[in-house]
Amino acid sequence: MGKSGRKVPGLNSSSTADISFILLIFFLVTTSMDTDTGLSRRLPEWDPNAEDQEVKIKERNVMVVNVNKANEIWVKNGVINKQIEVSELKDLAKEFIANPNDNINLPIKEDYEVPGFRTIVTTVKHVISLQTDRSTNYEVYFKVQNELTKAYNELRDEWCKQVLGKSWEDCTEDEKTYAKGMYPSKISEAEPKQYGSAALAQ
Amino acid sequence: MSKFRSNGKREMPELNTSSLPDLIFTVLFFFMMVTTMREVELKVQFTTPSGTEIEKLEKKSLVSHIYIGPPTKEYRAALGPAPRIQLNDKFAEPEHIRDFVVSERESMAEKDKPFMKMSLKIDTNTQMGIVTDVKQALRKAWALNIVYSATKDGKNQK
Repeated sequence: MGKSGRKVPGLNSSSTADISFILLIFFLVTTSMDTDTGLSRRLPEWDPNAEDQEVKIKERNVMVVNVNKANEIWVKNGVINKQIEVSELKDLAKEFIANPNDNINLPIKEDYEVPGFRTIVTTVKHVISLQTDRSTNYEVYFKVQNELTKAYNELRDEWCKQVLGKSWEDCTEDEKTYAKGMYPSKISEAEPKQYGSAALAQ
Repeated sequence: MSKFRSNGKREMPELNTSSLPDLIFTVLFFFMMVTTMREVELKVQFTTPSGTEIEKLEKKSLVSHIYIGPPTKEYRAALGPAPRIQLNDKFAEPEHIRDFVVSERESMAEKDKPFMKMSLKIDTNTQMGIVTDVKQALRKAWALNIVYSATKDGKNQK
């Protein structure tokens, strides 16, 4: 080809490092670990035989939260039965779960032994029954779930402050388990009905 | 002190940086290997709701996703605007969820299987009917840990 013995000038490769650095940073930035966030729930186990079994729960232990197809939220427990706004739900739920004034129309308080902790008096048998219609809006449903979670979280936090003298964030895993034992999350979801909420809305 | 001082100017030896690009390239390739790109192409649109009591999902390897929302523009002509379920790369019906769960579970390490989580990414304008169908299917498939995917309040724009 060309003349032999001609030297090829060395390519200045000092900037290769910079170029690859830029590439590296580009990849670090774009492949962001988009951590998923959300509300965790555990679904009840599927039992084909339990379809038509009615679980008898005392009326005072149940709070029915019904989101109907018009996205109205109706709350019914031993004390109230009315339509509410999402923002009111948290306080109603807190009062229902904790029953601070030992109202006989709110959940019964019983001795309950928290595993690894001592026996405490709590409304262990309460149930919040969340009912929806097939045409209920998901966002409203989610807001309701969020408010109910908030009620539980605030109650646990208050309990931690009162009994353990520190907030929920500062608690150890064990202490969190105790707080959860004190206020166990009991949200039950009935299968949604096709026909609105006539039974409750009356 | 003067004992140690060298006479005359001493030059700092030049550091050989010729292998630096290779080093950086190695790191770059490592990152390209380990970071997984978004593995599915989204065929549905969704805006997840926002809430205040949002938790972070700890382990990514335990999470499988189910998307529910109206189809994106290119599929809307064929499928209409009604919300659809997307599993992996294709549209699905609630009865396909069982197979999906089984295959997702199959691909997991044995010790992780009980901790499998289903992340439901659902559009805010979906009706509960389809959500409930999915939930019932998940119950039947014994995938009981679910997460309603959502953003923390304040970060979400509609």
